[in-house]
Amino acid sequence: MTRLNLKRIRAVAFKEFIQIRRDPRSLALALVIPVVLLVIFGYGLSLDIDNVRMVVWNQDNSQFSQDFVLNFRYSKYFEIVGNIDNYRDIQRLLDNGRIMMALVIPKDFSHYLRSGKTAPLQLLVDGSDSNTATIAMSYVNAVVANYNVHLLSKTFQDQGLVPPKSLSQRPRIWFNMGLESRWFIIPGVISMIMMIIAALLTSITVAREWERGTMEQLISTPVKAPELIIGKFLPYFAIGFFDLIVALVMARFIFFVPFRGSYLLLIFLSMFFLTGALSQGILISTVAKTQILASQLAILTTFIPTMLLSGFIYPIFNMPKFVQAVTYLVPARYYIVILRESFLKGGTLATMWDEAVFLFIFASIMLTMSVKKFKKKVA
Amino acid sequence: MFERIKAILAKEFKQVLRDPRMKTVIFISPLIQVILFGYAANKDITYIPTVIYDQDNTKESRQLLRKFTYSKYFVPKHYIYSVQEQNAVLDKGIASVVLRIDRGFGRNLKSGKEADIQLAYDGSDSNTAMVVMGYANTIISQYQEDLSQEAIADQPLLEEVPKIELRDRAWFNGNLISRNYYLPGVIASIVTMMSLLLTAMAIVREKEIGTMEQLTVSPLKPIELIIGKLIPFAIIALMQSMLITTLGVFWFHIPFRGNLLLLLLGTCVYLFTTLGAGLYISTIASTQQEAMMSVFLFYTPVFLLSGFAYPIHNMPIVIQYLTFLNPLRYFLVVIRGIFLKGVGIEILWEQFIPLLAIGLSVITLSSLRFRRRLG
Repeated sequence: MTRLNLKRIRAVAFKEFIQIRRDPRSLALALVIPVVLLVIFGYGLSLDIDNVRMVVWNQDNSQFSQDFVLNFRYSKYFEIVGNIDNYRDIQRLLDNGRIMMALVIPKDFSHYLRSGKTAPLQLLVDGSDSNTATIAMSYVNAVVANYNVHLLSKTFQDQGLVPPKSLSQRPRIWFNMGLESRWFIIPGVISMIMMIIAALLTSITVAREWERGTMEQLISTPVKAPELIIGKFLPYFAIGFFDLIVALVMARFIFFVPFRGSYLLLIFLSMFFLTGALSQGILISTVAKTQILASQLAILTTFIPTMLLSGFIYPIFNMPKFVQAVTYLVPARYYIVILRESFLKGGTLATMWDEAVFLFIFASIMLTMSVKKFKKKVA
Repeated sequence: MFERIKAILAKEFKQVLRDPRMKTVIFISPLIQVILFGYAANKDITYIPTVIYDQDNTKESRQLLRKFTYSKYFVPKHYIYSVQEQNAVLDKGIASVVLRIDRGFGRNLKSGKEADIQLAYDGSDSNTAMVVMGYANTIISQYQEDLSQEAIADQPLLEEVPKIELRDRAWFNGNLISRNYYLPGVIASIVTMMSLLLTAMAIVREKEIGTMEQLTVSPLKPIELIIGKLIPFAIIALMQSMLITTLGVFWFHIPFRGNLLLLLLGTCVYLFTTLGAGLYISTIASTQQEAMMSVFLFYTPVFLLSGFAYPIHNMPIVIQYLTFLNPLRYFLVVIRGIFLKGVGIEILWEQFIPLLAIGLSVITLSSLRFRRRLG
């Protein structure tokens, strides 16, 4: 085992710092990108589904059916953008995406209901975005179900009978009472930022030395492999750490995501993640000798899995079993749990123990592998 | 002129594909992304981890709970017996929803009083919670419907009770498979990322290692240099989009209802923007690291504010107007229109015009800037 020389590490770190400073725009980008991501996700994007745009074709056009439509008009979930009197227009509006759905009230709607029959109600939905469509359809279902209960008890009352027993539900939403999608997304964005900044930035630092031919110079100095890796690592660790603090402050004080856990614990665990991600970047950089290849590999092995396989947006329990198995290899999976628990659930080390252990393993494996791989490349 | 363009084309192709690993990445990257998007990027909730807390444990309560568990969506993970356990399963994220029925439920129902079920949702994933709530509502209203029918049967005096029956039908994607919606969009995401990154980094690389000077002293005119630089990446991007289409259609059975040639044409028009933007970034960035970060800075807003994963009509109004400047917005409508709706140019021209306008302005601006920088 070689003993690490602090002076040499400092020298490499210093050189890397100078290199970063000489390229101030890269540094600026490393600080701007997190802010841009948070602003877009925080202000621009929302998974909340309200104001579903719809048109109504009221063939019945009686007072009765108009009253029924009011249930939609006065709901915050729907936005009636117009009335329509033929299927051609519905088709056209659905085709060019102007509306999400169309409600068709048949000619005898009120007649049927008044004479105690079942009246059909037609709903045409643009299913291309199935998630939104499912939620929008369940809103309509709820309106209709409520109306049916109302019709039923009214009929009973009209006949002088006691309205039938009914089932009520008391929903309670934990951790995010208002179902604000921002609270769900922002902690995930932080893990994405950490991954992008850490892995993408470092993924080309070693490849750059190869490409420019300065690697030979470094090899001919007395610097040893681990010293070189750690020296390269430190400045980027500082950048990543800074970005983490910026992201936490923005999440807390600009987007008002509640924070119920411990800052110290979160920052401590974030360091594991950061170390792992940075080492992974350096590992990629060592394997790929050109920067273009390194950047492609980094996107493929860090950015894409973090977006898709971490539970950031798509719930893991809903994936096919073999994909679920793969997600265990994605470090962001654990980090996102830690972030969400810290923000929304008041997680402690006791509740996040497993995730912490996995991140520690990830960091140690990546760090060892990047040093080993580098040694072999140089030799 | 063609001779010279041909020469530089050959050089560029060689340079990109010289590294066999690069060839692999260009081929593998779309492959992996399609597979991931196909299997993992799924917002159709078909599996809801459910925890049951039945304090009543009567025939009635079990009957209601069975309505949930028989629905195939609500999968019971645990049965619990205390409030502490309920807190624990929600804290740990084991359950998306806890169905809780308090003592007295069965008795209340039998005596005609109002009985209730409590549903505790894990709201930390707000979108999933919304879908789960929708399913739960449906099941509860079905149970309510059963109760109503029983009540009606008990009243021989009542003849008929009015009711509305909802007949819903989803167009374009009848089975509501979110894969059909997302997967075609992967074409856009890969074409964007690849063409931007390859263009910007390849040009900056020449600057970085000093071979750009050699090119500028050669008899190549700037426009020839630009054409020669951009065409290989355009061809790579087109090949990747064909690969994605093939995989999507034959492996994932995404419907393809429109015209393949129109899709290729749309991709070509879209490439004007991304190649142009890549060229522009290459004139600003002095290192490949900077080029890569700049590409990311450009890519993320374009990608996120395009309607790819997040519906545009949900965005704040100001941002909705901004998205009119986003070429990906139009390209996605073209892709989805061709795949899912089978519409042709008679409807899509509304998208092609802004797409072409943005593309031409971006590529003209960047070419001018590139020429000035070179001169």
